[in-house]
Amino acid sequence: MVKTLAQTGTSAMAAAMRQINPDVVAAYPITPQTAIVEEFSSMVANGVVKAELVQVESEHSAMSACIGAGAAGSRVMTATSSAGLALMWEVLYVASGCRIPVIMPMVNRALSAPLNIHCDHSDSMGARDAGWIQIFSENAQQAYDNLLQAVRIGEHEKVRLPVMIMMDGFITSHAIERFDILDDEAASKFVGEYKAVNPLLDVEHPVTHGPFDLFDYNFEHKRAQAEAMKPAKDVALKVAQEFASLSGRQYGLFASHQLKDAEIAVVVLSSTGGTARGVVDKLRERGVKAGLLIPRLFRPFPAEEIADALKHVKAVAVMDRSDSFGAQGGPLFIETRHALYGLGKNIPVTDYIFGIGGRDTGPDQIEKVFADLQDIAASGKAKQTVNYLGVRE
Amino acid sequence: MASLKEIVQQKPRLASGHRLCPGCGASIAVNQILHAINYPVVVTSATGCLEVSTTPFPYTSWEVPFIHSAFENAAATISGVVAAYNSLKRQGKISQDIKFLAFGGDGGTYDIGFQALSGAVERGHDFLYVCYDNGAYMNTGIQRSGATPIGAATTTAPPGKESYGKVQRRKDITSIMAAHQIPYTAQASVSYWKDLMRKVEKAMEIEGPKFINVLSPCPRGWRSIDGQSIALAKEAVLSCFWPLYEVEDGNKWKVNVKPREEQKVPVAEWFKKQGRFKHLFKPGNEPVLEQIQTEIDDQWQRLLAKEASSPTE
Amino acid sequence: MANKKKGWKELEAGGVIKEAGNSKSYKTGDWRVQRPIFDAEKCSQCMLCVIYCPDASIAVKEGKVTGIDYEHCKGCGICATECPKDALEMKSEAEFRTKKKEKVG
Repeated sequence: MVKTLAQTGTSAMAAAMRQINPDVVAAYPITPQTAIVEEFSSMVANGVVKAELVQVESEHSAMSACIGAGAAGSRVMTATSSAGLALMWEVLYVASGCRIPVIMPMVNRALSAPLNIHCDHSDSMGARDAGWIQIFSENAQQAYDNLLQAVRIGEHEKVRLPVMIMMDGFITSHAIERFDILDDEAASKFVGEYKAVNPLLDVEHPVTHGPFDLFDYNFEHKRAQAEAMKPAKDVALKVAQEFASLSGRQYGLFASHQLKDAEIAVVVLSSTGGTARGVVDKLRERGVKAGLLIPRLFRPFPAEEIADALKHVKAVAVMDRSDSFGAQGGPLFIETRHALYGLGKNIPVTDYIFGIGGRDTGPDQIEKVFADLQDIAASGKAKQTVNYLGVRE
Repeated sequence: MASLKEIVQQKPRLASGHRLCPGCGASIAVNQILHAINYPVVVTSATGCLEVSTTPFPYTSWEVPFIHSAFENAAATISGVVAAYNSLKRQGKISQDIKFLAFGGDGGTYDIGFQALSGAVERGHDFLYVCYDNGAYMNTGIQRSGATPIGAATTTAPPGKESYGKVQRRKDITSIMAAHQIPYTAQASVSYWKDLMRKVEKAMEIEGPKFINVLSPCPRGWRSIDGQSIALAKEAVLSCFWPLYEVEDGNKWKVNVKPREEQKVPVAEWFKKQGRFKHLFKPGNEPVLEQIQTEIDDQWQRLLAKEASSPTE
Repeated sequence: MANKKKGWKELEAGGVIKEAGNSKSYKTGDWRVQRPIFDAEKCSQCMLCVIYCPDASIAVKEGKVTGIDYEHCKGCGICATECPKDALEMKSEAEFRTKKKEKVG
């Protein structure tokens, strides 16, 4: 029984949270995530959900409480953005190191300074080494769908890692879109029961979580943690298959548009992918063989699969909604270019840093990127590897 | 309360083989506290001597469920554990009566952990927070904390030509916690085991957040000779440096030990037994010692006044 | 520890330690430079040494103090200081060790 809603991205995520119905939610407000937790709080106040809601006094405490609740043996969620994620940074590593599958909507917003409340990806990119699975959503439908699937991915016995599910701040979080939700029973059945591993509350079998490692064990623990990311790709695909049979909506490790016979392609995350789809269609009408790749999983980065999807392309442009100061380009560019390196084909890859601090990036600018790509494809090389798109010089 | 004879028959829930220093006050405190809790208990500890020395992988000294997550978040971590317990209990998935205990050193309580502690008790979670107070960041080599007594030598506030050690007063954390108007706040010392254990037992029967600050001598950081931890903890009480008291609901103050005149120990006598105060006995530092004694006396009188003006029922 | 250390594939995920209290197998008695000697005849069984021992190293059998757990006792000296009957006396550990490293206890 399909239900269609016309609501904001935050409401879409709140709808998924309601159906996931976690045991504990420990969260702190921050623009533009706040509405998710506000809606959920209302659900708690009306007895619609069973969660014990902990209104912590900071995001560091939010993640800490999630670790406590997860280790205790319960399904736990929180939500954050920007500085909130940054404040949690220390404990993000603890959550993944302790293998606690915290599920976290993460509404992309710029990191300070200067202070900015609008969308860019500097927050989640700053946490890309923290050992969390990272999933990006283009729109409200995907935000809802990804959040449900994230529970199954993170909690899978082969994975057992925390997951952050991104959507663009204000662009997706605050805009009203139509999306379909599963009926409550189907969603609940899909998400399933939480299976606690080594729960603290099993007092008959006391365990110690979060020990102190010296140099003789830490490397082994971290090596094991690195290994845990690997099955996440396969698990994500299997979960997506199951989800497709329930919803009719297909998900993979990435989305692509007109990529199969593309000569030039843009790689971009999140809502800008949606804008780019329109640009690709327009270019195709003109006979330009443009294509688009929108990664869904950023961690683990589906390198082989993305390389395989781009191997026939003559030139690639990556659009990064965050910078990595002092690095050779933005994070998505570095991952993508490195993935293509293994093909040995020397496909020129360029980087366009865009949309910083919520800078609107419309179809015209994406068209410019494709125009550059045509030049690069013709000449075989780029004038400049890293570009800044849409900034006043 | 159970007699010592009954208590010693219980299996210690902090197993031997931990790496805390010989004579460590923190381990004495934890032993006494766990003996006083007649319930299954889940424990968390902030990073610090206790946590590091009781869980060096692959060993653990904890015979109860234990979690460590970080330095500043013991109270936040236990908040999550308690929330999970409440949620699962409400859902009928757990029926057992389990108690929740958070440990933090003075560093993880007065300073970096204070926000989480204040937030947790404001939210009213049902748990006991125990600070094992040894007056400095001992685990990392004796750096000053908000709990370091005025005049003490630490590596980050050392005495020198321009300084007599820590020049700021200790934070009165126990009063600050009482001001949160939580159901139960107390100060205790490992030397007064009966008082400490009675307070823990009492706390276990109260619903809501409870805070107990336990003086836990550190022979290494205090530079005291072997075997003196209990004696020093006792003298700290008799000098009124560390009064033993309890506060109910933030407004009913009761002082538990009132040293008689002949029992009272001048603070300088207590200081003499600890190398961390050795520099205060150099000529020229007499005014500092006098000031310290005056402030201890004033603090004691203020405490007695709080007791006198507390409601009786 | 004579046992070989585990490789990453054998370790419990998240570094969780499932064997509660396994620190007992770590012999902190090796740390001692002095050890308490227990005189049962002087002992009044007040149990203060037990409640003050930081290492749960006072041996108690059927409610009675019987001696010291030398495998774990660190020789801190608190029991000897606090005993009201002088039933515990600290002696140099050297008196109890031979030149060859002997088994603790």
